[in-house]
Formats: sequence, structure tokens, C-alpha cells
Amino acid sequence: MLTALKIFFFCFFFLFANLNYVFAKDIFVGKGEKHLTAASALKAAEDGDRIFIKGGYYSECPIIIDKSVSIIGIDNPVFDALSKDEGFIIRADNVTIKGITIQNSGISYIEDKAAVKLESVSNCVIEENILLNNFFGIYLSKVSNSAVKKNRIKASNLKETASGNGIHLWNSNNIIIENNSIEGHRDGIYFEFVKKGEIKSNISYKNLRYGLHFMFSDSCYYAGNTFKENGAGVAVMYTKKVTMTDNLFVDNWGSASYGLLLKEISDSEVYGNKFTRNTIGLYSEGSNRVKIYRNDFNQNGWAVRLMANSVDNVFSKNNFIGNSFDVATNSQQHYNKFINNYWDNYKGYDLNKDGKGDIPFRPVRLYSMIVANTPTALIFLRSLFVDVLDVAERALPSITPKTLTDEAPLMRKRL
Amino acid sequence: MIEINNLHKNFGKLKALSDIDVTFKKGDITAIVGPNGSGKTTLIKIILGLVRRTSGTIRYNGKDINGCSYRSDIGYMPQSPNYPDNLNAAELIEMLKDIRGKKESLDLELIELFQLSGEMKKSIRNLSGGTKQKINAAIAFLFNPALLILDEPTAALDPISSSYLKDKILKENHNGKAVILTSHNMYDIQELSNDIVFLMEGKIFFRGSPNQLMNRNGYENLERAVAGLMKELFDGNDSKNN
Amino acid sequence: METILKIIKYQLRDVLRSKWLIAYLLFFLLLTYGLFRFAGDDSRVIISLMNVVLIIIPLVSCIYGTIYFYNSKEFILFMLSQPIERSTLYTGMWLSIAISLSVSFIIGITVPYLLLGQVNVQNLYTFALLAASGILLTFIFSSAAFLVAVTNSDKARGFGISLLLWLFYAVVFDGIILFTMISFNDYPLETPALIATLLNPIDSARVLILLKLDISALMGYTGAVFQKFFGNMLGILIAIFSLILWIALPFVTGLKLFKGKDL
Repeated sequence: MLTALKIFFFCFFFLFANLNYVFAKDIFVGKGEKHLTAASALKAAEDGDRIFIKGGYYSECPIIIDKSVSIIGIDNPVFDALSKDEGFIIRADNVTIKGITIQNSGISYIEDKAAVKLESVSNCVIEENILLNNFFGIYLSKVSNSAVKKNRIKASNLKETASGNGIHLWNSNNIIIENNSIEGHRDGIYFEFVKKGEIKSNISYKNLRYGLHFMFSDSCYYAGNTFKENGAGVAVMYTKKVTMTDNLFVDNWGSASYGLLLKEISDSEVYGNKFTRNTIGLYSEGSNRVKIYRNDFNQNGWAVRLMANSVDNVFSKNNFIGNSFDVATNSQQHYNKFINNYWDNYKGYDLNKDGKGDIPFRPVRLYSMIVANTPTALIFLRSLFVDVLDVAERALPSITPKTLTDEAPLMRKRL
Repeated sequence: MIEINNLHKNFGKLKALSDIDVTFKKGDITAIVGPNGSGKTTLIKIILGLVRRTSGTIRYNGKDINGCSYRSDIGYMPQSPNYPDNLNAAELIEMLKDIRGKKESLDLELIELFQLSGEMKKSIRNLSGGTKQKINAAIAFLFNPALLILDEPTAALDPISSSYLKDKILKENHNGKAVILTSHNMYDIQELSNDIVFLMEGKIFFRGSPNQLMNRNGYENLERAVAGLMKELFDGNDSKNN
Repeated sequence: METILKIIKYQLRDVLRSKWLIAYLLFFLLLTYGLFRFAGDDSRVIISLMNVVLIIIPLVSCIYGTIYFYNSKEFILFMLSQPIERSTLYTGMWLSIAISLSVSFIIGITVPYLLLGQVNVQNLYTFALLAASGILLTFIFSSAAFLVAVTNSDKARGFGISLLLWLFYAVVFDGIILFTMISFNDYPLETPALIATLLNPIDSARVLILLKLDISALMGYTGAVFQKFFGNMLGILIAIFSLILWIALPFVTGLKLFKGKDL
């Protein structure tokens, strides 16, 4: 139903835009043209016009767009904000910015200066642009029914405070973020108070803080993204009904770094994702009724860290392979369910050949409880003594949570 | 050739050798004789550098025996040899040649006499005790050493091999080599040696020719003479202790 | 030096024909083959192999080294009646044992890896690290075994001490340090913990492999000392240096004692 509505809206606006084009004119900017600057072209333009900007260097930022026009780069024009101002400020609906390089939006501690800023508008498209060394990249505030696609966004500030977000959304709805690559910003993608957002097939990597920072954004959906080598991984917080699927969370290392942090998330689904080589694959705190299934957890420090204030979550049909710790927790009491997962540490047998082990698996090791209390003990990882301790504890559980078991672990890894 | 002065050896509190002064000369076959535990083997091992002396000097051709080069002049036949299980005698000899860097011809006479050529390619592990002893003897003579040190050379040998070996010892001695040997077989000693060192409780009690020893108490053979000397010394000790 | 090489040459010929060494080779061959065949994932194989390397190699090196030394008693006498320095013989014998054990181990794990494993850069590096750790541990524990054999004339006693040595470093040491850590939970323990691992060669080797295998987990630790240690080449260098020290220390001590020993 939701999707249908979305499609409807899209078709509608597309038609509307096309109608406009019938009366629209094309304006060219660049050397040898009537207009040498975008500003002069904008002055001459009317709603629905297309402004083509030829290759060259333009230092006329900030450019304020208050008409419904398309600004389209030919041969990669470069707009330089000279580390002082903003790039493009969009204040009209139905604006498209395409094929333009925008660089050096100014760093400010008071104002969020961006390469492209959209404020209280709708039906805009920002696509195929290159954004280099900007404070904020693309900034959407109170925007609706818009799309950010195929942009390449890269910054290289080393300090979090001197760095803004790659794609920043605040209080917006019905936005599609697709096929962008974001590198070296504070947060790669930032969502706050967004409704019905879709984040698809983006690559967000080497950002200083989060690859994706996601809060108070109900009913959003993100799929097929890669979040790699971000300072703290991905944080999804204070939200209901999020769907996270087919994403790749990889190489997020650090003492407070996770592939995916779920903080106070409820009624959501996490499936088909790959968590590879993260310090913590999935960290759940105060999250309820989340279904986590068919994910692959490979070679993480801790595949899953599940705090006791998380309740009624279900982990099923996940693969746990080559992780230093499978599951860690902070309490003996547990109200989550693990069932039919594949654990490479499982040493049980399957006499009735139904593909499921006949004895339950306890994914929480005694050693992980020791490490939680005495972090330095981490240095004994894979020591024979620790393995002996674990075997003893598994035989006679006394400290590890008795209820946290997988009653029917898979014998073979789910393909 | 070998000159030992004021040699002492203690194993902890036990005095194994005390105040030994003895020289071994070129052309002599010296037998070291004494009861079990008298220090015979210790003395030989000290000469070879296998046991470290507590004090005293040992000179070989005038130089103190530090280092290992003097041992290239020595052929040693240990009492109970043992060689690497998985090598054969040919490889063992090849190894010694290799280590000594000897290029000139080897003395293979004993190998021929003992008819060892058929045993050379067998793993030493599979050889009998007697055959091992023969190889042991052959190796001692192999590099034409100036000094032969033979620890119970005829033990475990059959009579024919034993006589071959004794002939060889006499022959090499005739060629000017010094020989030091120990044996429990006094007939062998009587046959071979012209010089006897009698050890007891780590001290030398007699040094001289076999004839001198026999004449001393008027015995007719060496075995009786040695037995007599031992008895005399034991009795002397007893009276001292009492 | 030349003489050492000659001794090694003939000793290797001897040792490599021994049935124990062949059994050792077969053990690694079958184990690694089995793991690649049935454990599936290559990283899983390396983890299992690491457990074996850290336990079996010290154990076998300890026992085999001690037995070898005792069984060579007469041979040592024989060799030292030749113009050979004691240090030359000792070094030669030890290197022969260590090299032959290492060779068996390397062949045993490498052949199945090349046949069945997925050879790529990532996993080749971990594999090489594992192989290097195994070799270092072989050298360490065989030199320790020689030291034990030199200091104990009694065979049974030496053998027992050798086993205890292994048990101590493989299990007991970690237990003691771990319980100490838990009891002194409130104090900063990072530096003592790092020093403790350097005091145990099995731990040093383990940490060396962990740096590759479990770096995701190790980076989760907040302590600055750990971060520094694990975060760059420093950790690897220190671990390797301490392992080399662990080879040198028992070897030099054993050699010194052997030189003055009455045989």
C-alpha cells in the first residue's frame, strides 16, 4: 500500500514537471554564452527552465535558487565556495541539480554550511554531482518527496567538529537516498525525524563517526548499502518499524564501534545483512521485538552484544562463523530467543538427522563474562586455559545465562 | 706425550681423583688398572676432555689441553658405544671424515680383518653388540692417531677378533704410537702392556712395568700380583680405619 | 661454524629417518587435510590449527628434545672424543632437532593447504604467521628440553620436568595470571598483562596470531596501552623479539652448562 502510494506520487510529479517543460526554455552558461554566471542565468530564468552550465570554474557561491529550474552541468563545471560560503541554496520546489562539482563549503561552528542545501521544499532531485571537501554535503531540512542519487561525496577533515555530514536529513519525509558514495564526513548519512525514507545501495565509508546515523525516523527502510571502516559504524536509535536488509557492515573497528547499533528500536526487522570483521557486529540496547534473521556474522570480535534491557527479540537462521565471541550479555536473565542459527562453535550431534542439533547451544561463554568484568583478560583469547574454563562452564552453567540458548542449532551453515 | 701434574677431580664431596702425577710416553702401552670405582674411566675421560678437572695441569705435547684440536691425534674406543639409530656405519665414517677434514688415506685394516664391509650399509640399530664393538675399534684406528685410548677394548669380542685387535694394537705401538688402555682381563694386559698404572680410590699406588709389579710380591702372573696388591691395600685401609 | 653445518647434515639424515618424526609429519598432514576437508571455512581451519600449534608443538618439542638428548648420551661421548668443540656439537644437535621438527610441521600443514585451501593474500599472511609461530615454538621448546636434559642426569626426572614445563606454560601460567587479574580488577592491568604474555612464549605466539585473527575484538579494548600495542607494528615486533629471546635464553644457558658438564 505504502509503495503504491509512493509510486503514485512520483508519477504525478513527473507528469507535472513534463507539462512544464512544454513551455520551458533552455539557458546556457559559460564562456562564449550570453550568461557567464549561474546567477545571471537564474535571474533570466522562469519556472520550468533548464540551465545548462558548461565546463569551467565558477566562484560565485552561494547561489540561491528560488525558481523551479533544473541546473545541469555539461563537462563537469566546478563551483568553488572558497571555504567561506555555501554552494547552492534551494528555496523553490521542483529543482534539479545534476552533474556539477561543488567544493569547499565553509566550515562553521554556528551554521551548517553545505554544498547543496534544501530548505522547506519538495520534489527536488540532486543527482550525479561530485561534492569535494565540503563541511556538509547535501543538507535537507523539512524537505519532502525528493531524491538524492548517484552523488560522489568526499571530505577529508580529521576532526569531528570541523566536519559535517555527507547527506543530512532533518524533519523530512518521502526521501530516496540511492547509489551515493560518501567518504570522510562526520556522519555519512544522517537521519533525524525522517518519515518514509529509503536508503538504498549507498556506500558510506571512512566517515569519522557513523556511516549512518539514524534517529526518530519511523517506518524507514534501508537496503543494499555498504558501511565500511566508519569510526563508530552505524547507529539506529529511538525508532519503530525500521527495515534493514541486505546491507554490508564491514571493518568497523574501535572500542566503541559496532557494525550496527540498535538503541531503543522496536518492531523492526534486520535480515539478509552481512556483518564482517567489526569489533561488535550487532549491539542491541533497549530494543524490543526486533526480528533478526538470515544474517551472516563473520569474524567479528563480538558477533552480537545483547543487553539485558532488550526483550523479545528473535534471532533465527543466522550464521555465526569465525567470531571471537558469538554472543555477549550483561545479565543472567534473558528474554530473547535464539533458534535455528548456525554456530561454528557448536559441537553437538544430530541423531535424528533433521539438520538440527539434538543438544542446545550456549552462545555466551564464561570467558566473555570474565572479559566484561576484567577487560584486560581479553589478552587470553584462544588460550587453552580459557577453553578449558568454557568447557567446564558449558557442562555446568553457573554464571552464564541459563535461558540464553539455541535449542535447535543448525548442523550446517545456512546457504 | 701426555703429562699430568697434580690433578684433582671432585664430584661434589666425592674425591674421584686426587693428586695424580703421571706421564704417558710415545712408544708405551700403558694399562690403567684398579678395582671398580677407582677412577680409571674418570682419568681417561679427563684426558679426553669429557670430564672437567677440578684442578691440575694436563699437557699434550707440552701444551695444555684447552680446546679440541689435540683430539684429532687421539683414537678413542669407548666401552659401550652408541651411534645414531638411523645411520649406517659407512655414513658414520663419512661423517667423521667430513668433520675431521681428513683427505689422506684411512687405516682400513681392521675393517678388512673384521670383515665388516658387508655390515657397512646396515642401520647401526640392527647390528649385534659384537659387530658394534668391532666398528667401534675400527673407528678408533681409522685416522692413524698418535695416541690410542682404549676402554676395555677386548670386552664383547670373540676370541679371533680379540686376537686381531691385540695384534693391531701391538703393530701400531711398534710404529711409534702411544696406547692407553683399561681392561679387566689381566692376561690381555700382560700380553700387551709394558707399563702399568695402578689406581685405587683416586690415587696412584703403583707405577711400573708388569714385571716390576709381579716381582714386588713374587707372583708369577699379573692377575695374582694385582689381586695381591688390592688385598694389601684393602687390609692397610682396614687397619688404618681401625 | 662449518663443523656445525656438517653435524647438522648427518644428524638430519639420522633424525629425518626416525619413525617418530615421520609420525609427527603424518599427524599434521592428516589433521590439516581433515580440517580443510571437513571444517569448511578456511578461517575456521586456521583457528583450529592454531589451537593445535600452540599445544602440540611445545609438547612434542619438549618430549622429543628431552628423549633425544638422553638417548644420544653415548653418541655425545663418542663425538666429543673427536676434535669437535662442545658448543659445536650442542648447537648442531639442537638445530638438527629443531629443524627436523619444523620441517615435518611445515610440510604437514602446507601440502594440504596448497591442495585444498584457498590461497589468497589475506589468508596466506595468517597462514604464514601460523607457520612462523610454529617454527619459533619448536625452537623455543626444543632448546628448553635440551636445557632440562643437561641439568638433569636422571632420565625419568628430566622427562617429568619437561612435561611439567609444558603443562605450566600451556595451561597453568594463564590460569594464574587470569585469576590474578580478576582479583586485582580495580587496578590498571594493561602493562602487567602485556608483560605477562611476553613471559610465556606460548602466549607471545598466541598474541602474534591474535593480532591477525581477532584484531576486531582486540580493537574493542579501551586501554591505551593495548590500543598502542595492538594497533600497529609495535605489537608484532615486540612479540617476535620476545620469542627470539625465548629461544636464546634457554639455549645459551644450556650451552654454558653443557660446556662445564662432566659427561
